[in-house]
Amino acid sequence: MSFLPYAVAAWLFLVGLYGIVTSRNLIHLVVCLTVVQSSTYVLLLAVGYREGASAPIYADIPTSRPVVDPVVATLTLTDVVVEATVAALLLSLAVQAHRRFGTLDPDELGALRG
Amino acid sequence: METAPLAVAIPLLGAGGLAAVATRLGRAGAEAVALAAAVAVTALCVALLVRTGSGLEVYWFGGWEPRAGTAIGVSFAVDAIGAGLATLVSALMIAALVVMWRYRETEAPHFQILMLLFLAGMVGFCLSGDLFNLFVFFELMSVAAFALAGFKVEEDEAVEGSLNFAVTNTIGSFLVLTGIALVYGRTGTLNLAQMGGALEAHSVDGLVVMAFALLAAGFLVKAAVVPFHFWLADAYAVAPTPVCLLFAGAMSELGLYAVARIWFDCFAGALGPEADSLRLVLIVAGSLTALLGAGMCFAQDHLKRLLAFATIAYVGVFLIGLGLLTAEGIAGAAIYVVADGLGKAALFATVAIIQHRRRRVSELALRGKGRALPFTGALLALGALSFAALPPFGTFLGTSMLEDELVATGYGAVIAVLIATSALTAGAVLRVIARVFLGWGPAADRPRATEEETKPEEEGAPDSTPAIMFVPAALLLAAALAIGLIPGTTEAFRTAAERFVDGPAYGRAVLDGVSPTGLATASSYSAPAHSYLYAALGLLGAACAAAISLFVPGGRWLRTPARLLGSAGTALRGLHSGHVGDYVAWLVLGVALLGGSFALALT
Repeated sequence: MSFLPYAVAAWLFLVGLYGIVTSRNLIHLVVCLTVVQSSTYVLLLAVGYREGASAPIYADIPTSRPVVDPVVATLTLTDVVVEATVAALLLSLAVQAHRRFGTLDPDELGALRG
Repeated sequence: METAPLAVAIPLLGAGGLAAVATRLGRAGAEAVALAAAVAVTALCVALLVRTGSGLEVYWFGGWEPRAGTAIGVSFAVDAIGAGLATLVSALMIAALVVMWRYRETEAPHFQILMLLFLAGMVGFCLSGDLFNLFVFFELMSVAAFALAGFKVEEDEAVEGSLNFAVTNTIGSFLVLTGIALVYGRTGTLNLAQMGGALEAHSVDGLVVMAFALLAAGFLVKAAVVPFHFWLADAYAVAPTPVCLLFAGAMSELGLYAVARIWFDCFAGALGPEADSLRLVLIVAGSLTALLGAGMCFAQDHLKRLLAFATIAYVGVFLIGLGLLTAEGIAGAAIYVVADGLGKAALFATVAIIQHRRRRVSELALRGKGRALPFTGALLALGALSFAALPPFGTFLGTSMLEDELVATGYGAVIAVLIATSALTAGAVLRVIARVFLGWGPAADRPRATEEETKPEEEGAPDSTPAIMFVPAALLLAAALAIGLIPGTTEAFRTAAERFVDGPAYGRAVLDGVSPTGLATASSYSAPAHSYLYAALGLLGAACAAAISLFVPGGRWLRTPARLLGSAGTALRGLHSGHVGDYVAWLVLGVALLGGSFALALT
């Protein structure tokens, strides 16, 4: 199997983290978080990939055909649902932060110290 | 056999039902439903705990039982440690809901809905026998916790604290998920038991070590081990106090539980030969966490932040116990978790009373304001003694068992960390009591905690404390005492720990349906004489620390060390900047350090 998807997953994870650490805008930060998350999609799907196999839907193909691993597809779907919730919650907090602080810059929130 | 799934289904159904009819039910109705659900879950968990005493109960959803050692279905696999933790969680939930009665912040019932979701997530997490389900329940409880931490959205701190909490913990769960993907790629299964067998059958390589490092790091973010701990103090300081009962009493410990679970059931077979080096890594991480948490706890003025750092300190202690990687270490840590969880929850419930009566949570602002509240002060004092691990509190048994096991494994020096942690956390609470309830110590020029942080949680100062507010704190403390007093608790914990660390027996029970052979009931534990000496030392240290910080801040012979300590403390406090980017940078550094040391230790 190709090494490429794993490299892409690692890259997405790291570049997303870099974005979060250096972010100057909470919306941007949440998007960076979803970039980190997409790394897990790529990794999961790469783990279940099989050369020359089709989608794991047996309705119109013979059951002898090789298919890719359906479990990782299910995990990915669950992951999408779970993290959509997190992203929605974070974005609503960002809206609330903008209302309270008048800014989306995490450097200027600073209500919590020590 | 349906007990385990019901314990998760009831709060989920309760939450869904409440969401549908809450507007018609009103606040009182929502409270009644939530309380009824929490009581039902507690009863189910107690039933599970009694049944699983030294065995294991496995439930396969939809009857998809494993064939020839291959699990297709999803399972709950309940042992006494899991069931016990679920019982602790649900009992604390009852206490939190009772304390909440007196909180009139909002008429909206979504608080109860979130609490029930939180409960479902935590209980499911304790009972799950499947790695991916562990992750899903982890996320369910995390999302509910983010929302609960930011419940007071009209406050600046709540918004920021909840943001920090959510971002760092979500990255933690991505680490867990990445670990799951790697280990699934290797073993082709998500069932913990089958995974253990598959990993053992295969040769160990970098992938296995990396998967374990990612899973452990992700769960340790939730447990708030240094340097992943930054979010915790922010989240606990801003969450409504009843929610803190649960956060401090049980949530952090769940992260440690998951690390122990995956180690003993999945990785111990494959990585077992390297356990000695892993032990060193975990004990060092635990000691750092304990000392930093205890030091920061002592430096706090904001009562909830003080208890939050105490939570971090004790997570470090529990990590030391878990890091011993022996049955005795797990037994000691388990007793400690239960007794200390009850004690910390009682302390938060007492802080809720202070807040109710005085509208403040800043120690300096409260100086002498507690003179008229003797019962509240007495409860706080009992909590301090529980921190000091004084007999007959359950914490004494826990710390004594850990001390013995530390000596047995050649880490005797770490006992000093346990004593220092007890002394500093208990000293901080004693100082609060002396200042608030006795009016000792000099008056401050200005309170250190910002005015916003001490904003009253409800309007109008009442003249008396409703008796119902004392009940949860008193009962929790009584339970913390009972654990140390009732004969037979140590045997039960030891037997449960023996079962917990026996990964192969877990595998056979889950996959082949072989009920585990009865363990010889572990012998009862009696603390040796020197444990009493250590406890006395801890209490003496606590009293000295409290007295020094109250009375001799400017003494001539103390000035230089005080100034040095002060500037070190300021630097340390400066690191807790409240900036989410900083926290994530620390998190990345922590993952790199932990992953690197795991790689060194395990290969």
